[in-house]
Amino acid sequence: MRDFLEINQVSFSYFSQTGEIPVLDRIHFHVCEGEFIAIVGPSGCGKTTLLSLLCGLLTPSSGEILLNGLPVAGSRSQIGYMLQKDHLLDWRSTKRNVSLGLEVSHTYRKEDGERIDKMLRDYGLSDFSKNLPSQLSGGMRQRAALIRTLLRDPSLLLLDEPFSALDYQTRLTVCEDVWHIIRETKKTTLLITHDVTEAIRMADRILVLSRLPATILSSHTLPAELCRLSPMEAGNHPEFAVYFNKIWKELMRA
Amino acid sequence: MKPLVRTQEEYLRRLRRERFLVHLIRILIFAALVAAWELAARRGYIDAFVTSSPSRLWDCFRSLMASGTLLHHIRITVAETLLSFALVMGIALLLSILLWWFPVLSRIFEPYLVVLNSLPKSALAPVFIVWFGNNMKTIIIAAVSVAVFGATMTLYHSFCQMEPDKIKLIYTLGGKKSDVLLHLILPGNIGTLLNVSKTNLGLSLVGVIIGEFLASTAGLGYLIIYGSQVFKLDIVLLAIVLLCILATLLYLLLSMAEKLYERRIR
Repeated sequence: MRDFLEINQVSFSYFSQTGEIPVLDRIHFHVCEGEFIAIVGPSGCGKTTLLSLLCGLLTPSSGEILLNGLPVAGSRSQIGYMLQKDHLLDWRSTKRNVSLGLEVSHTYRKEDGERIDKMLRDYGLSDFSKNLPSQLSGGMRQRAALIRTLLRDPSLLLLDEPFSALDYQTRLTVCEDVWHIIRETKKTTLLITHDVTEAIRMADRILVLSRLPATILSSHTLPAELCRLSPMEAGNHPEFAVYFNKIWKELMRA
Repeated sequence: MKPLVRTQEEYLRRLRRERFLVHLIRILIFAALVAAWELAARRGYIDAFVTSSPSRLWDCFRSLMASGTLLHHIRITVAETLLSFALVMGIALLLSILLWWFPVLSRIFEPYLVVLNSLPKSALAPVFIVWFGNNMKTIIIAAVSVAVFGATMTLYHSFCQMEPDKIKLIYTLGGKKSDVLLHLILPGNIGTLLNVSKTNLGLSLVGVIIGEFLASTAGLGYLIIYGSQVFKLDIVLLAIVLLCILATLLYLLLSMAEKLYERRIR
């Protein structure tokens, strides 16, 4: 497999009146097409900054980020970003929230109406297409946010702790739903999380970041049998605890 | 302590009774005030020549209506108020969008806005008369100047309250700054816009009356000044009562718009 996404020696600093704050220090990794990568690290270690760089909202201080061999700033339409909260707009119905991405990127075509209806049906939201977000449950809202992202048909999905605002039970079910959707659509995915169990349940490979300025401490490729299992099943696999302990110890030392 | 409510029916009945009582007491207070005023004037406790009385107001109302001048004055004041209000909202919306779009503008102009907002605008009125003449233009400009700066600041600050992650969302979905404005900032601030409207409709009326005091030949503000100059307090008080009614009606109109909007959202 060729390298679909290349992050080559990327560094990034914020500037403030008191001085330069280095956030990322020569981050370097490649991602294959269809791979599911999770990035874990202590809180405030620049994970969100890394995703903002990946989707072209920020520009690296040095280094380069290539998607399919091209600079990522020019390929923003190929990237889908899911944020920590669903950020559905209160005044739009589910259907109009879902189509927001097509509207703001001015790519809404006639046949998209049917596509939206089909996706709402597939993800169990068709009965709620005319409801406002305040009438949806936390899980439904997050599914609507996912459809909003997927409708633009991105080839790279960036998930920024997309389950952290949900309660424990919803979190497990939404995590399961999202995993199945991603596996079925075979999207290349980067998940950022501070929850090590979530990373092991969902990903193929896990990168561990250090404290600021963040560097990659280690990379763990999970065994194929663990990757094949859904998040719920993966939690019961004997290897699960092994990886959990290994990564946990690294994070404690970080 | 209130007795325990046992059924839904009982709860609803109590709710209705309470609502009825509130309305009843409101009306009784109004009636008592009017009656006391009338009685005090008739018995000579107060001098009806300077305090007027409800019956004198009624007579004054009828005679002014008969001559057709009252409707003309009311129409002028309503028209001036609505025109100023529309101008205030339009200018404030435009300015706040500009300030939001170019943050450096807001940093440059913030002290100017603060000073202009806290300056008592009635102090400017004599200057306006000299500059713009003794006519409706002066009144409109006076009214607009009363409300427009506060409205701009409120709207702009509300624009800035939008969650940064929501703005980020629009950009990650491939939108531009104009999409943030059209799909997020404006629709997300309709509630604030309605609220600002309510305040500014009242302020526009204040501005129009100030303007009419100084430069006018018609309108309720003119009527008040005219009445006091010829020492006909009946006319002055009648104009004030009419202003009360006008302010209430305008406020109710916007409350209805607000309710309509809230029903659409929930």
